[in-house]
Amino acid sequence: MGPFISCHDLWKTYRLGDVEVQALRGISVDIQRGEFLAIMGASGSGKSTLMNILGCLDTPTRGSYWLDGREIAHATQDELADIRNRQIGFVFQNFNLIPRTSAWENVQLPLFYRAASFREQRASATAALARVGLAGREQHYPNQLSGGQQQRVAIARALVTSPSILLADEPTGNLDTESSREIMGVLESLNTSDGMTVIVVTHEPDIAAYASREIVVKDGRIVSDRWTRPAPKAEEITL
Amino acid sequence: MTTFVAMTMLTAFRIIGRNRLRAGLTMLGIIIGVGAVIAMVSIGQGARAAVRAQVATMGTNVIIIFPGATTVGGVRGAQGGAVTLTVADGEDLKKRIPLLTEVGWAKRDVMQVVYGNQNWNAPVNGISPSYLMIRDWSYVSGGPLSQTDEETAARVALVGQTVVENLYDRGEEPVGSTIRIKNVPFRVIGVLAPKGQSAQGSDQDDIVFIPFSTAERKVLGATFLGSVGALFASTAHADDLPEAVQAIREVLRARHRLQPDQADDFTVRTQVDIAKVQEGTSQTLTVMMFAVASISLLVGGIGIMNILLVSVTERTREIGVRMAVGAKRRHILAQFLIEAMALSLVGGVLGIVFGILGARATTVVAGWPTIITPESVVVAFFFSLAVGLFFGLYPANKAARLNPIEALRYE
Repeated sequence: MGPFISCHDLWKTYRLGDVEVQALRGISVDIQRGEFLAIMGASGSGKSTLMNILGCLDTPTRGSYWLDGREIAHATQDELADIRNRQIGFVFQNFNLIPRTSAWENVQLPLFYRAASFREQRASATAALARVGLAGREQHYPNQLSGGQQQRVAIARALVTSPSILLADEPTGNLDTESSREIMGVLESLNTSDGMTVIVVTHEPDIAAYASREIVVKDGRIVSDRWTRPAPKAEEITL
Repeated sequence: MTTFVAMTMLTAFRIIGRNRLRAGLTMLGIIIGVGAVIAMVSIGQGARAAVRAQVATMGTNVIIIFPGATTVGGVRGAQGGAVTLTVADGEDLKKRIPLLTEVGWAKRDVMQVVYGNQNWNAPVNGISPSYLMIRDWSYVSGGPLSQTDEETAARVALVGQTVVENLYDRGEEPVGSTIRIKNVPFRVIGVLAPKGQSAQGSDQDDIVFIPFSTAERKVLGATFLGSVGALFASTAHADDLPEAVQAIREVLRARHRLQPDQADDFTVRTQVDIAKVQEGTSQTLTVMMFAVASISLLVGGIGIMNILLVSVTERTREIGVRMAVGAKRRHILAQFLIEAMALSLVGGVLGIVFGILGARATTVVAGWPTIITPESVVVAFFFSLAVGLFFGLYPANKAARLNPIEALRYE
């Protein structure tokens, strides 16, 4: 069995007016199930583009991307939507909760597009909110919650479908140190206790320090890929 | 799928509830359009029903034959100006056309009618007894003129309600009393039941009937004996009317010795023709009002489209999030279409309510009859839905085509 995520020679070219921008210039990386990975890089390095492709929000211009034994590079929009719904949970820097909508309904959203029954949606959302320590806040609106709490609602929304990958794009970028530590604690626990593959995109070294593997992207290429700690399930990983 | 639709609908109604002022203003065009349609149709229907009721007071399956206009050196006079129809024509029609159940005739003039110290100017009609049957007159008291009255030129009269009101004291019984017409005494033998306004708007109850022979010899006088003001006929079924009209024309043309190149010197009208003319007027009005209402609905639809475009822009990030967590394009499309239809639906329902209230108010204030048919309500309801669907398509499609990455990054 191959690796859980396998990218080979990924290229992404954008066209901005007449100028072609090469955001990715041949990225190859394998990621095993259960890893806690940090992708680092300055802004404009291509790390966001890489994350969009890993998150199935975008497809590469060239190269192959295998996710869980399936080639993604040529999937249709609807197939990508399905994969996002079933395999991937997103956490964004600015939380991206739907305003004036309760925590419950925000967390239910992915299940809603899975045509789950309302009762199932409610039960799963309640459990996910409890998992991130927000039991009792189900009916709160985003504007009634602190930044850290909003981000935890967003994490609950990401994990409500029990995805295999959690993708966090600068998850602590809008938070103070205390809340940042809490959020990273939650992500760490999801990785160690639930065996979720967690990929964090960040430019802060102390956030990257939570991960066991660190990839640095510069000018669309991987310039460094190293283990900062032994992988939690090192015996499964073949390097 | 049903969960999806139900929950999206719930969300849509919540969004409307949250932006009440904005939604209200957006729906205004639909409210006015649908309200106008409902009110107009109910006024139109009411008017048509009133016309139909008035036309029905003429009798059933009635054919009226007027004398033609005189032509003097190419100058045509008014219809009925010539003395071209006679009692003999009427009798011949009855004999030759079996399709006609009754043929009658009448001749009229407005004259002073005196009772005691009261007087009133009323149209006095000399009629054949069959006329009363053709026109379906009934009686409040007393009874019709008989064939004997006609043959003996009896001085008997039937009076209408308006005449009774103007000549007699309240509660006084006219039957048995004596009125004077042109100084000739007449015994009142019947009071006619009221018919109200005719389709042309004249008071049908302002009338006195006397036998035709009596009128000719003692009251109205006649330059040509046997000339009539108009002939009246009836058929057993409404379907027989066109055939009867054709037969009447043939018989009369033959009797009047008209050459094929000569025009008719009479005019034949049926109750159906008269009803058509009357209904035609209200139809024109209805069509015009429909045009106005359609424009209002169009404007309302554009209002919905406009606000949805604003909404799509405002909620770009939300759309991005929805796509990121697995919404397919059709989900986004459906969501905005359902929101558009929710707007137009609420607008439509409010419009229906206001339309019904408007129709009621018209009846109370202007005294016009209005009829609200379930069909117009159902049509208005589905039409407003269709407006929402149509004008929601463009914004919904725009939302569904957003690129998730760009939508998520939208500030």
